Amino acid sequence: MSKAPAKTTKPGDVSTTGHEWDGIQEFNNPLPRWWLWTFYICIVWAIGYSIAYPAWPLIKGATPGLLGASTRADVEAEIKRFADANGPIEAKLVATDLTAISADKDLASFAGNAGKAVFATWCSQCHGLGANGAVGYPNLLDNDWLWGGDIEAIYTTVMHGVRNTEDLDARYSEMPRFGTDGLLEEAQIGEVVQYVRQLSGESHDGTKAEAGAVVFADNCAACHGDDGTGNRDLGAPNLTDAIWLYGGSEAALTQTVANARFGVMPSWAPRLSEAEVRAVAFYVHSLGGGE
Amino acid sequence: MSILDKHAVLEKNATLLLVASLFVVSIGGIVEIVPLFYLENTIEKVEGVRPYSPLELTGRQIYIREGCYNCHSQMIRPMRDEVQRYGHYSLAAESMYDHPFQWGSKRTGPDLARVGGRYSDEWHVGHLADPQSVVPESVMPKYAFLLNAKIEPTYIEDLLDAHAFVGVPYTPEMIAVAQADFVDQADPFADSTGLLARYPKAQVRNFDGQEALTEMDALIAYLQVLGTMVDFSTFQPDASR
Repeated sequence: MSKAPAKTTKPGDVSTTGHEWDGIQEFNNPLPRWWLWTFYICIVWAIGYSIAYPAWPLIKGATPGLLGASTRADVEAEIKRFADANGPIEAKLVATDLTAISADKDLASFAGNAGKAVFATWCSQCHGLGANGAVGYPNLLDNDWLWGGDIEAIYTTVMHGVRNTEDLDARYSEMPRFGTDGLLEEAQIGEVVQYVRQLSGESHDGTKAEAGAVVFADNCAACHGDDGTGNRDLGAPNLTDAIWLYGGSEAALTQTVANARFGVMPSWAPRLSEAEVRAVAFYVHSLGGGE
Repeated sequence: MSILDKHAVLEKNATLLLVASLFVVSIGGIVEIVPLFYLENTIEKVEGVRPYSPLELTGRQIYIREGCYNCHSQMIRPMRDEVQRYGHYSLAAESMYDHPFQWGSKRTGPDLARVGGRYSDEWHVGHLADPQSVVPESVMPKYAFLLNAKIEPTYIEDLLDAHAFVGVPYTPEMIAVAQADFVDQADPFADSTGLLARYPKAQVRNFDGQEALTEMDALIAYLQVLGTMVDFSTFQPDASR
């Protein structure tokens, strides 16, 4: 036990709380003034804030606040601000003939950039960020088009989609399931697959391909054409260009002939504005494969 | 001794301090929370929102089980960039039958509040089975096993019952025919008249393209209905929000 030191309290010193332990005393200091005043100012601010902004719950709803703050009105105003800024050029885009967009430098620059943004937001998930496609989702960079590659055809495809149930104007066609529905024998499918590979100049079994040519003429030529170059009115792919949507291997082609494919694209009319559809059609057309 | 000096009593008595702190904090809590239960505009009235169909509800259970909410939010905030990317900002009514809600708090992947109808079923099957096959830059794990996980509506009545217990308006009739509704929604050849009357605008088709009813069917049925219920043509935004 240490000896308690002598008290050294002088007049003007702060008082202690009276606690003492091993000679250590506890001052009873008041709160720092700056802290206390900050605290008071915060209380005043909170009262003012709750009057200016929506705050106090009443019977039917909360007080709206004197400033009329509304996040919904804000977002609406913000969207309108950009819509107004883009308004004139979007109106021009809608009024201009699709094929004439590229002639107007400013309009083409706007459509290209707007189209790129629309593409990244809405199209890239299937067609890829670089528009290079994936298995089952067409590559938009090459010049192989299922439903037509001029800007008007692209516009129609984007607007209405492909084989969806939501849009009556959607592009539609359905290949028969030659295997599943028993329209062709397994051997015939094997032959026609070899013939299709021959059409594209890939390695194939010559004898089977010869027999496959007959099967093709009887079953496939109606849509894919006698020479296998396809028919865009029906979305029937060109089979002679060695560009495959679902793969060109024997296994993939057998699967395609036996079960058919039924690629779907949504209709974008309900989601995108006329100007946005035109912009993205222009962008896709400009990627390299456009006709 | 003024009242301000009496705080010493609180400071020297731990239990009293605890009780008093709890009292003060609960005032703030009550003022903020209680009004939400009685205020009429907490959930604004909109047309079209209905309880999930049995198959969609099961898909929602799978969504929760797989922890989709860890990377995907279901809450489009009222900001220009979000509205332009994902669609109309989310409304309270759109998650009023969600127990628990799936707003999420982190977006490693995109928001899914309005993913319904945005992609084809085929895309969803391919994407869930192997996300990188369609989106090479994706970091999403593969969920191909959903295609093999067959499901039966064995406990679907209990699931609907539990939701009815916490306030979702499932009628006794809905619960009674839940097993049939569950199977019929994934069968394009079933008579879906009753199903569509109970769950208006429910999408009826074979979602995963396989004969068997799998977890993939249920999950896609759920994803395809997300954000599609509200009829925005009749929606009048409440200006005070």
